[in-house]
Amino acid sequence: MTEKKRVVVAMSGGVDSSVAAALLVEQGYEVIGMMMRLWAEESVAGHGHNRCCTPEQMNDARRIADKIGIPFYVLDTKDVFRNTVVEYFIDQHRQGVTPNPCIECNRHIRFNYLFENAMALDADYLATGHYAQIMQGDDGLYQLHMGADPAKDQSYVLCVLDQYHMAHTLFPIGGIAKPEVRKLAAKFGLPTASKQDSQDLCFLGDGDYRRFLRDVAPDMMERGPIVLKTGEVLGEHIGLANYTIGQRKGLGVTYNEPLYVIATNPYRNALIVGTQSDLGDNQLVAKRMNWLNGVVPSEAFEADVKIRYKAKPTRGIIKPLADGRVHIQFDEPLRDITPGQGAVIYDGTQCIGGGIIERRSAD
Amino acid sequence: MTPQRDVYLDYSATTPTDPRVIEKMLPYMSQDFGNTSSLHQYGRKAEDAVETAREVIAKIFNCKPSEIIFTSGGSESDNLAIRGVGFGRVADGKHLITTPVEHSAVGQTFKQLAQYSGFDVTFQPVNQYGLIDPEELIDNCHEGTTFVSVIYANNEIGSIHDLKKIAEHLKIKGVIFHTDAVQGAGQLSLDVEALGVDLMSISAHKFYGPKGVGALYCREGVPLVSSQTGGSHEQGRRAGTLNTAGIVGMAEALRLAEEEKSERIAHYQVLSKQLREGILNQLSGAYLTGHPDMRLPSHSSFVFEGVDSTRLLMHLDLAGVSASGGSACKTGNPEPSNVLLAMGYSADIAIGSLRLSLGKDTTEADIEYAIDKVAHAVEKVRKLRQALS
Repeated sequence: MTEKKRVVVAMSGGVDSSVAAALLVEQGYEVIGMMMRLWAEESVAGHGHNRCCTPEQMNDARRIADKIGIPFYVLDTKDVFRNTVVEYFIDQHRQGVTPNPCIECNRHIRFNYLFENAMALDADYLATGHYAQIMQGDDGLYQLHMGADPAKDQSYVLCVLDQYHMAHTLFPIGGIAKPEVRKLAAKFGLPTASKQDSQDLCFLGDGDYRRFLRDVAPDMMERGPIVLKTGEVLGEHIGLANYTIGQRKGLGVTYNEPLYVIATNPYRNALIVGTQSDLGDNQLVAKRMNWLNGVVPSEAFEADVKIRYKAKPTRGIIKPLADGRVHIQFDEPLRDITPGQGAVIYDGTQCIGGGIIERRSAD
Repeated sequence: MTPQRDVYLDYSATTPTDPRVIEKMLPYMSQDFGNTSSLHQYGRKAEDAVETAREVIAKIFNCKPSEIIFTSGGSESDNLAIRGVGFGRVADGKHLITTPVEHSAVGQTFKQLAQYSGFDVTFQPVNQYGLIDPEELIDNCHEGTTFVSVIYANNEIGSIHDLKKIAEHLKIKGVIFHTDAVQGAGQLSLDVEALGVDLMSISAHKFYGPKGVGALYCREGVPLVSSQTGGSHEQGRRAGTLNTAGIVGMAEALRLAEEEKSERIAHYQVLSKQLREGILNQLSGAYLTGHPDMRLPSHSSFVFEGVDSTRLLMHLDLAGVSASGGSACKTGNPEPSNVLLAMGYSADIAIGSLRLSLGKDTTEADIEYAIDKVAHAVEKVRKLRQALS
């Protein structure tokens, strides 16, 4: 008698994870639905629920689990989410950096906390409704590839995976395009309408991160100078956390050509602005690198790099640095290289590594 | 590995309806479907069934049939008793007393009366077994105290209150006394004269009767304002067409429970001993909660160090064991049990509670299987929590 393989599937009540769960049931797995209860700020009236797990979404997910005949549990993840993702978000902003909380969530929450909870239930796999694909190469190593639907690909935020995780992870809809997922939802009798795509600042009551930072870290809202690279002071900013790299509107200073935010200097509490030509840069340094095959490259190599979730992959030369960081040189200057976002490296559709952008240029 | 089996140990949450009870109920859903309020033969037949049921229950309660009010269940009975007497005696005062270990049907009703209707509510502290001291209760009664509600057998921890002792004190003070006997019914004496209570709530589905039907005993002369208004059913104390089949089923289930009481209790006692010893011997950092002796025979409750009940129940469910934590929670928001906090447990350990409650058809093999699975699950959850901390 062969035992069925047990899979814990992360469910959100949305169409993607519901179809993922239904597909796994159809494929003959023993499926367990699980939803994480995440932290959400409670200061905004009428909110207090993380937008990834509102009571309605919880009921939806529970109904779907009942419908496809699988057990469903809610896992308390509030404290660990607050202590990792939210703290990190605040701390990075304090350092003048615009973090990507989804990458941290996958690192600490999905592929650690949830993953370990699943393994403790004697599961063989954790499954999620991500648009990405795990394949096994001829060398036996697991590979992460972009989702088959290029418009939906989520491999960027999954660049934190390692061989152990990939050996025990399934992305049931990674090889399917979104319209197909909707058709499958209809076939399985599941709700087909996407409510909203996953929310990147899911823990904010109103989605306004500037307001959130003003509430939790008023120290970040200290006024300071707006300066040119040359040091010339042009005006006053209202707190560094109110600005993002590349921002043009709302600077409140006049100059003979349009000005953009090009950097922040949290130590001097200065907002550095420049012209459009200052905005581009053709190199960056990334830290906290993860190499998905488990091997740190020893020599420089050429590959495609994505510097934001929605950015186009760009050709560059990746040079490993002695301390585990990498230096990336692009053929052409890129706009909006933003410290705190991911620099994710691809060989074709395969995600081979990823890290966090530390700074723009080589200096 | 022992083959997986399904072991239901959550009879304190609900029981299946006894087939003998179902059989008695069936005619009242089909050929004898009449409305008890109707004048014609169909009405008379239904009325006869309901009144016979009332007599059966009254006999077990040692009260007059007219002192029984049929309701939709335990929560409604509790609500009707508390609001009914609270408002019924409002001219005498607005001070009410209850305990912090009540079922939420009682606790929340008192809280609402305090919040919206200007009542002054005292929550009488409990000891480490979840029991109040009758002497202290009396000290809290004053001029304006009109009503006291104390749970009979506790749903979370199984401890049994000595109602007689409490009633003796309250009688002298002229305070009306209600008890929530939902968990006790079927296992403990429901003789209202012996217990000395003025009102008592029960619910059929806790003793192999159907869901959605319950009763409230209300001593003659106790002023009770109705909550659900409408027709003059139940002498104007509870409006609404009577649930004939349900009422017939409840009476039959209670009659059977009384008839088979000694066998059922002997059975519970043997298996509960096996269960408690098995779990406490196999696991370190495991404790029985509630009173060791003065407790429901079918009921065992524990706390485990380094465990949260949400995850524990998840593991048990996947192993085929259906159990419950302190109180049902499916939303992944593990709040420590208020009952355990009131008994002096720390929040850390109060989130690690487990209730295993037996039924009349539970077997020794069920218990053996459950002990093994609980021990396994507790160890798994402890290991996981350590790894993630």
